[in-house]
Amino acid sequence: GVATSCGCSVQITRSRRNTLFSGIHTCCTFAWTHVNYEIKGDVAVIRISDPNSKVNTLSLQMQKEMTEVMDEVMGNSAIKSVVLISSKPGCFIAGADINMIQACKSTEEVTRLSQEGQKIFEKIEKSPKPIVAAINGSCLGGGLEFAIACQYRVATKSKKTALGTPEVMLGLLPGAGGTQRLPKMIGLPNAFDMMLTGRNIRADKAKKMGLVHQLVDTLGPGLKSPEERTIEYLEEVAIDCARGIVNKKLALTKEMNMMQKIQDHVMSYSFVQNRIYSTVEKKVLKQTKGLYPAPMKIIECVKAGMEQGPDAGYLAESQNFGKLAMTPESKALVGLYHGQVACKKNRFGVPEKEVKTLAILGAGLIGAGIAQVTVEKSINTILKDITEEALNQGQHQVYKGLNDKTKKKSITSFERDSILSNLTGQLDYSGFEKADMVIEAVFEDLAIKHKVLKEVEAVIPPNCVFASNTAALAIKDIAAASKRPEKVVGMHYFSPVDKMQLLEIITTDKTSKDTTASAVALGLKQGKVVIVVGDGPGFYTTRCLAPMLAEAVRVLQEGVDPKKLDSLTTGFGFPVGAATLADELGIDVAAHMAENLGKAFGSRFGGGNLELLKTMVAKGFKGRKSGKGFYIYQSEPKPKDINPELKEIVESYKMMPNPAVSSDSDVQYRLISRFVNEAVLCLQEGILTNPVEGDIGAVFGLGFPPFLGGPFRFVDNFGADKLVEKMKTFEEVFGNQFTPCQLLLDHAKDPSRKFHN
Amino acid sequence: MASMLMNSVRNCSLKSPRAVQFGKSFTFPACGTKSKKTLSKTGVKNIVLVDGVRTPFLQSGTTYADLMPHDLARTALQGLLNRTGIPKDAVDYIIYGTVIQEVKTSNVAREAALGAGFSDRIPAHTVTMACISSNQAMTTAVGMIAAGQCDAVVAGGVEFMSDVPIRHSRKMRKTMLSLNKAKTLGARLALLGSIRPAHLAPELPAVAEFSTEETMGHSADRLAAAFGVSRREQDEYALRSHSLAKRAQDEGLLSDVVGFKVPGKDIVSKDNGIRPSSMEQMAKLKPAFVKPHGTVTAANSSYLTDGASAVLIMSEEKALALGYKPKAYLRDFVYVSQDPKDQLLLGPSYATPKVLERSGLKLADIDVFEFHEAFAGQILSNLKAMDSDWFAKTYMGRTSKVGSPPLDKFNLWGGSLSLGHPFGATGCRLVTTVAHRLKKEGGQYGLVAACAAGGQGHAMVIEAYPQ
Repeated sequence: GVATSCGCSVQITRSRRNTLFSGIHTCCTFAWTHVNYEIKGDVAVIRISDPNSKVNTLSLQMQKEMTEVMDEVMGNSAIKSVVLISSKPGCFIAGADINMIQACKSTEEVTRLSQEGQKIFEKIEKSPKPIVAAINGSCLGGGLEFAIACQYRVATKSKKTALGTPEVMLGLLPGAGGTQRLPKMIGLPNAFDMMLTGRNIRADKAKKMGLVHQLVDTLGPGLKSPEERTIEYLEEVAIDCARGIVNKKLALTKEMNMMQKIQDHVMSYSFVQNRIYSTVEKKVLKQTKGLYPAPMKIIECVKAGMEQGPDAGYLAESQNFGKLAMTPESKALVGLYHGQVACKKNRFGVPEKEVKTLAILGAGLIGAGIAQVTVEKSINTILKDITEEALNQGQHQVYKGLNDKTKKKSITSFERDSILSNLTGQLDYSGFEKADMVIEAVFEDLAIKHKVLKEVEAVIPPNCVFASNTAALAIKDIAAASKRPEKVVGMHYFSPVDKMQLLEIITTDKTSKDTTASAVALGLKQGKVVIVVGDGPGFYTTRCLAPMLAEAVRVLQEGVDPKKLDSLTTGFGFPVGAATLADELGIDVAAHMAENLGKAFGSRFGGGNLELLKTMVAKGFKGRKSGKGFYIYQSEPKPKDINPELKEIVESYKMMPNPAVSSDSDVQYRLISRFVNEAVLCLQEGILTNPVEGDIGAVFGLGFPPFLGGPFRFVDNFGADKLVEKMKTFEEVFGNQFTPCQLLLDHAKDPSRKFHN
Repeated sequence: MASMLMNSVRNCSLKSPRAVQFGKSFTFPACGTKSKKTLSKTGVKNIVLVDGVRTPFLQSGTTYADLMPHDLARTALQGLLNRTGIPKDAVDYIIYGTVIQEVKTSNVAREAALGAGFSDRIPAHTVTMACISSNQAMTTAVGMIAAGQCDAVVAGGVEFMSDVPIRHSRKMRKTMLSLNKAKTLGARLALLGSIRPAHLAPELPAVAEFSTEETMGHSADRLAAAFGVSRREQDEYALRSHSLAKRAQDEGLLSDVVGFKVPGKDIVSKDNGIRPSSMEQMAKLKPAFVKPHGTVTAANSSYLTDGASAVLIMSEEKALALGYKPKAYLRDFVYVSQDPKDQLLLGPSYATPKVLERSGLKLADIDVFEFHEAFAGQILSNLKAMDSDWFAKTYMGRTSKVGSPPLDKFNLWGGSLSLGHPFGATGCRLVTTVAHRLKKEGGQYGLVAACAAGGQGHAMVIEAYPQ
């Protein structure tokens, strides 16, 4: 059984007189606010909870108090072992305090932070009294490094329990011993996988990997709330473990099966290790194109520790941590992190009415995708189309999306069925009288949009919001047909909806604040990162993309083949090359978009000849969906053969490249500068409210290179003056497509002006 | 005339064992004949339990191992016929409850009734509701009588865990079904050739909850942890159950058991799973589901059991007309259901206050409690839940707790932990035991409560028939 208390139980109060160090702090009283402990028999239970936050972070205050508490616990001979637990439900320690790192001014300062962390954890690791980390909720970054410095780890099976080293996603590395301890604990391949991808490991997987020793079930209703009792139970089990270690009833060495033993033995050969390093390095270089410094530094630190011993390893870790923290890549990624957090909040407040029933018009890729992310949040969803065939396909897409999750075991088949029970597929408007919001995702044609808007308004209740999913049509034009334009809003989802994180919400000057709040609230519930932009042709995202694609077409006309074009764009850091992107988007869609925006913005959106795209469409080369576009798509997963018939089309629209602006680098900057200039213009014109949403929209919606942090961060780091200078060179050759906008010129003139502080 | 004759036979056969029982002196608390009000309602038919019997409950894989489920059910029906002496055509309907169905006898009620010699003109159907299947059979009977459709119904339950349907894999089944349709030899050979080793893996009946994929033992362990029930408390409770069952068996109180001459084997006349152990012995067992820190073990859980039960339920008028002296009134009953994940086994906590409210009774009015013991941890968790105002308010939407049944009135003749738990048959055992205990202890009201897979539960109030 689990002993809840054994003999005396002493609560150490938060405010107490320090007698141990009275020589140093004469008669000072200090209050522990983040860490306290309780003695249960011979076990000290250290509980952490940051009073000012929903999550625990290893802030300076937390570290200071932890050190003091640890000193006291170690000095008390009645205490034989220690349990470390968080009293916050859903969070053990979410990581180091990012602001603490951001506040540092130099490499040396960050290195010192890392070294202090290393020292604390070294003391934990070498503690003569066994320390058991009791983990419930997120155990990430510095939190994980803390846990793996402990002698034993018990974790709950809660869905919220996640172990991971996400530092790489912030352009950093695990800087408090993680690069040294993790490979020893779980082996090189697993350690590299965790540190280089930054992905979260769930409890059951962590147990299999040897990252935790024991798992504890989550509990349901009892005599206390499930969350509270689960933490108590975890503590009880952890206390038993701590006593078990002291009594030698619990072995600290993991039991290994034959396969693991063989694996460990093989891994001990240096040539095997070297082989792993080189394979991992190659893979990293291929994926990052050398644009992200953190992964290579992680490999370097692991190598240093394995080859030259712990001293060299820890030194390399702290120094590289310091270096990485000062890189623009890390700063950009940290900026994105903050931006993402900001875009997960509803700045329009709580809507009057929560969306409980959503109706979606059009069961195509987007419509069905919206349905999937909605039913997953237990919202009643009506999916309507006009033909049974389209409806069937849409419903199948939702089923498949959920069933794939069942196959990956992230949900059970029962959960899948129960989620699907929220979906109603139909061909008529029945039930629309109960809808709180309708999102139309029908064909991009104003006449059709008007038709459905009128049909819908005849059947929906007065307070129901009408949202239009469109990539390019102006919302005010759609709203023109509405009896209640204040209830009309744009919701631009990105395909595939269940994978793409961004939702671009478009408001007209008539859209009411409550309508916007309602749309944002739904988007956030669907798990989206939401930006809210003003109305206008192409809004924000499409408008930035169009000039870049126009430039890409010109580049093709100048004789650069699609593969080369793709490698230039991915080489700059885009996840998908420009030609592939156009194929994925659909050449017809791209042509349609270019034509519409060309009409709206005139020659600034020119460059490539629109006829090239139109000719492709006429020949049926509509991109991936039609099997042919810039590339040929066969059933094999790796397509990537250039469409041989493309050559002839390009030939008929051939342009002579100007050698002064046609180097690889020039082509890259021609593509990127038109994107960036248009983004800045959107801010200048008030389409964007702030640069943060501009950066988030570009990165999460269009794949703008994350290490650059988005177009605005890029201008800040690259220098507006340098960018303007480049654009002026291009302007001389190509004209107004490269004319820098006023806001960009303003920034170029005054180097102290930055989009981000 | 014939029925009169049978009645006199019945009365004679009953007298002898009773006389022996009353002759002994016991220390069970006698409630005395309190003059409590009767629960009879105007406009509602009085429905009575005439009598109830069961086969001995045996651990699976023992003496019953070579039988089939309907053999056990048939034995219980024959036992009921012998015990009550009811004419074989005086019964209007037969209902049985079962959980794991033998596919050959999926309507086991009908197969057993035919074999037991009931008239082939009596319709029979089978119901299933996990561990409260025979409760469902009984309440279905009550419903039919209350609706005026029947006057006399036999309800029962059977479970046979010594043999369960183990299926071919779905792939294999698909291949075999296609084989039936294959017309040419070539097509057949092609199908046979498509069989791979993976096809041969058999499919066992699931022991886990379908919706949550969690086994019941695992859920019970989590439940015990949620309510802070220690391993020691569970072992103590299990020991109590076995000790009380042993005493009841030794003292001949388990008079619902009818002997069974198992073909080719000995006569079985006693439950064989009752094994009072010691706390030391029980403490040695390792947890069976949650390892290594769990608290539910083989010793504090109910075990796989074979057995069947049957009861005769009638309208009071009919029973009296046939010359019976009924044992008890079957009064209000409820079914409840909750979250199958975290509240799988809390049915009694939800059902008890609800059924008491329906009857206008308080917990203190109840003289005899018979709760189904799936796990010691489950029983103790339910007792704690019923004793918690917080739980009542937070999860049941009630203003206050119903209270915890006093243990000196609770499962005094053992329970499912010790007597065994043939899933489909336990309900009738509980009801019959309440009737017998009310008579023996002189109480007026009894309460049956049980949990069931799927997060369901049941409770019934039983009133002693006036002496």
